[in-house]
Amino acid sequence: MVMPSDGRRAQPVELNRPTTILSTRDLRKSYGDKLVLDGIDLDVQQGEAVTIIGASGSGKTTLLRCLNWLERPDAGEIRISGAIMGRNGSVVARERELARQRCLFGFVFQRFNLFPHLTAVQNVALGPRRVLGQPREQAEARAERELRRVQLGEHLHKRPSQLSGGQQQRVAIARALAMDPKVMLFDEPTSALDPELVQEVLDSMRALAAEGMTMLVVTHEMRFARHVADRVVFMADGKIAEQGPPETFFGNPQDARLKRFLRHLEPTA
Amino acid sequence: MIFDWNVVWYAVPLLAHGVVMTLKVSLVAGLLGLGIGLLAGLASLSSLAPLRWLVRGYVDFIRGTPLLIQIFLIFFALPVVGLRLPEYWAGVVALAINSGAYISEIVRGAVGSIEKGQAEAALSIGMTRGGVLWWVLLPQAWRPMVPALTNDLITLTKNSSLLSAISVYELTRAGQAIIATHFAPFELYLLLALYYYVLISLLSWASRRLERSLPQW
Repeated sequence: MVMPSDGRRAQPVELNRPTTILSTRDLRKSYGDKLVLDGIDLDVQQGEAVTIIGASGSGKTTLLRCLNWLERPDAGEIRISGAIMGRNGSVVARERELARQRCLFGFVFQRFNLFPHLTAVQNVALGPRRVLGQPREQAEARAERELRRVQLGEHLHKRPSQLSGGQQQRVAIARALAMDPKVMLFDEPTSALDPELVQEVLDSMRALAAEGMTMLVVTHEMRFARHVADRVVFMADGKIAEQGPPETFFGNPQDARLKRFLRHLEPTA
Repeated sequence: MIFDWNVVWYAVPLLAHGVVMTLKVSLVAGLLGLGIGLLAGLASLSSLAPLRWLVRGYVDFIRGTPLLIQIFLIFFALPVVGLRLPEYWAGVVALAINSGAYISEIVRGAVGSIEKGQAEAALSIGMTRGGVLWWVLLPQAWRPMVPALTNDLITLTKNSSLLSAISVYELTRAGQAIIATHFAPFELYLLLALYYYVLISLLSWASRRLERSLPQW
């Protein structure tokens, strides 16, 4: 399977200066005495597709989970659309505010995490209905649109257990999109899939990137990193060890750990 | 020894009245207990620590004291502070408060057994903890809860025999009344055991049917 090179989306030329939509400063997280994030500074521009790669245990999943505060960072700052995540306040006020800020991110999990008691449409409509307070017809119409967008128009009223892994993951993508996120976070979205189901999910993600969605993708799919991403970030030991556009990143890697990492992947890349 | 069949035939219809009362007590107390248990279970999952401590204390007290003492506290001790309940309601309230504590633990356990990714997915679409609980975790928790809940209802039905101690005219009390006049403890207690056994078997059968009728996903 060859990813066509025109899959890469055109740069947003109409913008003279790129707008930073998401940035972190000195983000830190440890579990017990194990340091997982060791001061992450990352800036993501509006419309940029960033791939994060690295060995397991390098902190890439933790970084993604800290961004929308599924894990609470120990220190540092996250700014999304100019606002700081998890600002201080009373417990209750902070939770409301945090919930509101989390909507700015769409999160796609490795294991889909669809709600098993709800159909595909209900899964996608749950956020618009119960978080945004839309009436049912409106929320479900939106859900249908999002499901058609990921080619699932035939499966609107099926439960997750009636869908393949690839279909479930696309429902999960639709569920995130229905909340109009500013940034989509993908946590190894194809790692739990049978090989023959990987492509349909990658296709949906590539289409999303082509529409100009800002995306952060933790993945082991090097084709995706090479052909779809605007920038590739390599993490090692809780730090960003190297980053750059795919051409230079893969063509002329500098960091010794990255060279070793890429050598290991060579047969499949 | 002679088994006195006459007293048995005499007792069967009289005990039926007791059965009706036992059912009335158990079902009303069961529903009330379910309400209390659901509220307390949700409170024990709340992010407000004082609420969690309150539930903790309630559950600890109920688990740490005999049900008979709890019944006496409500029937004999509450009137001292000006709250006098008729024996039926004192009994129902005592049983409901008792089973509510156990049900709150069932609720907490069942909600806690739902895979962590479910709550994370709900948080990621902007839900608050309350929303996560109400829209995502509870609907999925019903299924694992039902066997434990019906089990609790069975325990409650058996426990209702303790209300005989405060003169609620339920099954056990009805039997004791006949024993007092006819001096046939052997026949009557055997009969009572049989009545309870049939009652509980019917409840078990109904609960199995309920479990099977729950939606599968």
